[in-house]
Amino acid sequence: MSPFLAVIARDVRLALRQGGGSYWTLLFFVLTVTLFPLGVGPDLALLARIGPGVLWVVALLAAMLSLDRMFQADYEDGSLELLALAPLPLELTVLAKAAAHWLTTGLPVTLLAPALGFLLAVDVTAYPILIAAMLLGTPVLSLVGSIGAALTVGVRRGGVLLSLLVIPLYVPALIFGALAVEATLDGLSPRPHLLLLGADLLVALALTPWAAAAALRLNLE
Amino acid sequence: MPDTFAASGLACIRGERIVFEDLDFSLTSGSALLLRGPNGSGKSSLLRLCAAFLAPAAGALTWNGTPITADRDAHRARIAWAGHLDAVKPAFTVAANLAFWLGLAPGGAALAVDTALGPLGLGHLADLPAAYLSAGQKRRLNLSRLSGSRAPLWLLDEPTSSLDDASARALLAVINRHCDGGGMAIIATHQDLALDRVATLTMAAP
Repeated sequence: MSPFLAVIARDVRLALRQGGGSYWTLLFFVLTVTLFPLGVGPDLALLARIGPGVLWVVALLAAMLSLDRMFQADYEDGSLELLALAPLPLELTVLAKAAAHWLTTGLPVTLLAPALGFLLAVDVTAYPILIAAMLLGTPVLSLVGSIGAALTVGVRRGGVLLSLLVIPLYVPALIFGALAVEATLDGLSPRPHLLLLGADLLVALALTPWAAAAALRLNLE
Repeated sequence: MPDTFAASGLACIRGERIVFEDLDFSLTSGSALLLRGPNGSGKSSLLRLCAAFLAPAAGALTWNGTPITADRDAHRARIAWAGHLDAVKPAFTVAANLAFWLGLAPGGAALAVDTALGPLGLGHLADLPAAYLSAGQKRRLNLSRLSGSRAPLWLLDEPTSSLDDASARALLAVINRHCDGGGMAIIATHQDLALDRVATLTMAAP
C-alpha cells in the first residue's frame, strides 16, 4: 500500500474505533437537525424554506466538532513527529488526513442529508442537487479545517479558537451550497452555484495542504 | 565510503534564551555519540536540530560536507527518530502499530513486523491491543521500529527511560548492531550506556 493510502486507512480506522468520535459526529448531526422542527414548530412551509440552510449549517458544525482530532492526537502522542519525518511529504500527509476526515464525517453526513431533509419537509426533487452540492462542499470543510486544526494543534482545548479561525473560511461553501438547493426549489438552475462550489473545492485542494503543513512545521519546532 | 555527520559552531535559541552556542561535533559511520548534561542543557534541542525540526540560530549541520538544509527530503530519509513520546496508538494491536510505521519507513522496512518485534522481546505480545501495554513496553514498541529501519542516523532521546535492565541491554545490542553495520546514533541520556564505539558530548548547564 502506498504511504498516502496507508495514512488514510490508518486515520479512518482510528476514527471508527471506539473513542474515535466519528459516530458521535454523525449523531450530533442527526440530533441537532431534529431540534429545528421541535424549536421552530410544525410549520411545514417554514421548515421547507429554512431546511437547506439548516442542513448546511449543521453539517458545518459537525465537521468542525471533529476537526481537532485531525492532528491533535498525533501531536500529543508523538506520531506527528514521525509522520513529519516520513518519506511522504507533509503536504501529502495533510491531504491524506483531510481525506480521512472527509470519509468519516463529510461523506456520511452527505448520505444522511436526504433523510434529514425529509424531516425538514425539503422537497424530494431537490435531493439530487442537495447531495451533489454536499459532495462538492463537504471536502472543503475538511480541507479548510485542516489549516485551523494545524494552527491550534499545540493549544490545549483549542476547540473554540479553532472554530473562530475556520468559520469565516467556511462562508463561501455555506452560501453556495445552500443557494444551489434553494435555486432548485425555486425552479432555477443550480449550475452556477455548483460551479462556484467546485471552484471553492479546487482552490482549497490546491492551497490548504501547504498552509496546514507550514503550520504543523511551526508547531514541531 | 563512510559517511560523516557534523556540526560546526552550532547555536540554539529557545524562548529568547541561548540554550547552547559554539557547539561542534563530528560523527562517522559506525559510531555513536552520547549527549550528556543536566536537565535543560539542550540535549533534546540538539536532537531536534539534527532532525531539522528546528533551524539553528547560528552554525550548520552537514552530512558529508553538505548542509542538511540543502536537501531536506534526503535528510529526512536518513533519520530514524525516537523522541520522548512513544507514538503508540492504544486502539491498534502491537503488530498493527509497528506495521504502520515500518510501512512508512524510508526505503521500505528492513525487517518483517514479527522479526522487528523480536530484539526487544515483544514477539509474544504482537496481537495484544497496545492500550494494555505498560510504559516500558510502549517504549520498547516504539524502539522496535529502529530494528526494522534502514535509516543510517538514529536520533534517540533518553531511550532507556522506563526500560528494565534486560530491555536496556537488548537496546544496547540493537544499537551496537546498527553501528557495526555502518550506522550512526546520537543518544541523549542520563545513564552510562556501554556501547562499543562511542564518544560523549557533555553539554554545560544553561
